[in-house]
Amino acid sequence: MSGVESAQPVLRLQNITKRFGSVTANEAVTFDLAKGEVIALLGENGAGKTTLMNILFGQYTADEGTVTVFGNLLPPGNPRAALDAGVGMVHQHFTLAENLTVWENIVLGAQPLHAPRLRAGAAKAKIRALSEEFQLKVDPDAKIGALTVGERQRVEILKALYRDARILILDEPTAVLTPQETDALFATLRTAINLGLSIVFISHKLHEVMAISNRVLVLRHGKLVAERATLDTDRAELSALMVGAETSAPDLAPATPGAALLTLSDLSTPSIGTAPGLRHANLALRAGQITGLAGVSGNGQAALSDLISGLVTPQSGQFEIAGNTVATWSPRNAIGQGIARIPEDRHKTGTIADFDLTENTILETYATQFSKRGWMNWRKAKAHAESLIETYDVRCSGPDSRIRLLSGGNMQKLILGRVLENAPRIILANQPVRGLDIGAVNYVHGRLAAARDAGAAVLLISEDLDEIMRLSDVIHVISDGRLSPEFARGTMQPEQLGVWMAGDGFEGCDHAA
Amino acid sequence: MELFEILTSAAFWAAAIRIASPLIFATMGELICERAGVLNLGIEGIMVAGAFAGWIAVWAGLPLWGGVSVAFLVGVGLGGIHSILSVPFGLSQHVVGIGLTLLATSATFYTYRVMLPEVSTPPKIDAFQPFHIPFLSEIPFFGPALFQQTALTYLAFILVAVVSFTLYRTPLGLAVRAAGESPAAVAAQGLSVTAIRMGAVMVGSGCMAVGGAFLTMSAFDSFFFDMVNGRGWICIALVVFGAWRPGKALFGAILFAAFDALQIRLQQTGIGAVVPYQVFLMMPYILSIIALIVMSRRAEVPAALMVPFNKGER
Repeated sequence: MSGVESAQPVLRLQNITKRFGSVTANEAVTFDLAKGEVIALLGENGAGKTTLMNILFGQYTADEGTVTVFGNLLPPGNPRAALDAGVGMVHQHFTLAENLTVWENIVLGAQPLHAPRLRAGAAKAKIRALSEEFQLKVDPDAKIGALTVGERQRVEILKALYRDARILILDEPTAVLTPQETDALFATLRTAINLGLSIVFISHKLHEVMAISNRVLVLRHGKLVAERATLDTDRAELSALMVGAETSAPDLAPATPGAALLTLSDLSTPSIGTAPGLRHANLALRAGQITGLAGVSGNGQAALSDLISGLVTPQSGQFEIAGNTVATWSPRNAIGQGIARIPEDRHKTGTIADFDLTENTILETYATQFSKRGWMNWRKAKAHAESLIETYDVRCSGPDSRIRLLSGGNMQKLILGRVLENAPRIILANQPVRGLDIGAVNYVHGRLAAARDAGAAVLLISEDLDEIMRLSDVIHVISDGRLSPEFARGTMQPEQLGVWMAGDGFEGCDHAA
Repeated sequence: MELFEILTSAAFWAAAIRIASPLIFATMGELICERAGVLNLGIEGIMVAGAFAGWIAVWAGLPLWGGVSVAFLVGVGLGGIHSILSVPFGLSQHVVGIGLTLLATSATFYTYRVMLPEVSTPPKIDAFQPFHIPFLSEIPFFGPALFQQTALTYLAFILVAVVSFTLYRTPLGLAVRAAGESPAAVAAQGLSVTAIRMGAVMVGSGCMAVGGAFLTMSAFDSFFFDMVNGRGWICIALVVFGAWRPGKALFGAILFAAFDALQIRLQQTGIGAVVPYQVFLMMPYILSIIALIVMSRRAEVPAALMVPFNKGER
């Protein structure tokens, strides 16, 4: 091997740009990967990490830019070419057929379709050898459906190794693993590096990035915003880079907080799968105040939002609404208590895609406001939808169009209208501007601020520190289900919040408490 | 006692195998389609078209095997229509399939009238004759039951072996099964889900058409309008009964055919004098429903059956 060759990067992405409609998922992303190197690709949900890797692997076609592997240009949109060039991808959502066995899944596509026979014996022998070499213990004859999530991931990695991948892309590989399985995965990856493979590791878990990578690339809003050698950085800096905190210009009048409308005292909820529940959380949402909840995704935000929406009941601790202890708790109770929800996923839980705008605007109120003796009053419902469309500036062809045809911003405006029209006491805004363009973002923020001034208690959950700092009157940080003390507006710098987000700072706090 | 005599006679089993043959072809065809993830409800119409095409080709002067080939190709063509609509366009497989059945059935009747105007009795052809396999056909009981059939029946059994081997022992078969289980896994390995599914539907439809052709070219020697008579729908049930496995589906086809052969014979016995004959006609269907309930409990349905796949969708 010549010196020139070893200096050449094994992988080079140049100027990759990808748009989905009006959303730019990746913008002019350029980086190199060297032999034996581990790059961590860090970024929040929706930052464009997965899109970028799908382009590299040929599942999406980039609008601009090129991918070069071992000095050869990859044809766009062709997974087969990527595989043949030695790129193996372990998807976040596994691509395994559950009713087939491990070896069948691994061999699929590895032999030409016109070959007269599957060479099962040879295939299984090769799989066993690879399992041994990379410490990926799995039974080749087991059905995928019978395997644990950790074992399935091993099959995904074996699939790549079986086809002689030299570059491994792992998309959020630890999101589904227990800590022990994560340790085992890291051992496998270290073996792979020693054998000369190169790795792109996608994650938003900072301690893992620090543990496994040589270099960290930070992606935000589809752009590469920073590059650091892992040795020269720390978790606080990375978390600040990841969520982005360039500006924190206050553009709100000072709040005039009133009584606490929703109070949690020492409250815990069960954890769901790998997502932590709340752990001894203390929180007070006051009238006329926006409470921001900062934190890296998957640290208990879902638990808090499910609790307030009525989807989860507390395990222990006190839960009060307007000073009254909550006895029975369900989404219907929550609506009855004047809690309005802007759900995290507007497509899945916020709207019904094939219902029209009228139907979507009355999902919570159809029984109380738009029907009489069991009969729907469609005229009233339609008039209501028309007034919301007018007031909230929803661009659409009318109340009869299906909501799936609306852009994300317009859909969110309609949800916002549905939420605010009933003058709620408490507003739960979970990622209210994710995926929206800047105009829609400002509109949603303005409306939330107006609701605050009208006396509502607003809880703003966001992974965007910028948004939290701009809009919130008080801020809590959530980390692994624990809530930080309340920080007043302007008392904390982004770097200080980053320390809390990284999970440091709670120890001292526990001592004080 | 009469029942025992019937069940132990070679003639009864020979009839059962004969009745099973068209079901075996069409069931294998449906099984191939469904294993790739496409429910082909065009099966009834494709069988009608195949029955007509094979017979009319022989009547027009082609040799018998030429007729079988024509039937197969007509099936492939109809399968092509189905697969274009259901695979790349991703339309509802129910609607496409039922539409295809209506289209193929009426197009067949139309063609029949165009080609044979003013015919009251459809012409006969020289159909496949039983072929006694040397030595095997002389084994007591088994010989007359199994080895004195027509060539198309032997072909049906060979087809089961070929389908089984292909599905489980070749890379192509693995790709077909994977396309029915997890198209995303197939696409992630750089294979074309569209090509695999379209190919499976076309080949499977060809097999269905040959099943239809068996009726006009082996079971009978002429074409009648309602001769397929719901056999296609039975085959859809047989695929479920067979838990999407060729061997079990073959067993199901023979079982159903045996009940069918049995009810004809029972009608002529003492019981037939007491029980109305409609009860006997119902018997195979009732028994298949019962068997279906028992057998398909633990069946592993292809996970992506009836799920269209669109690459690169977000």
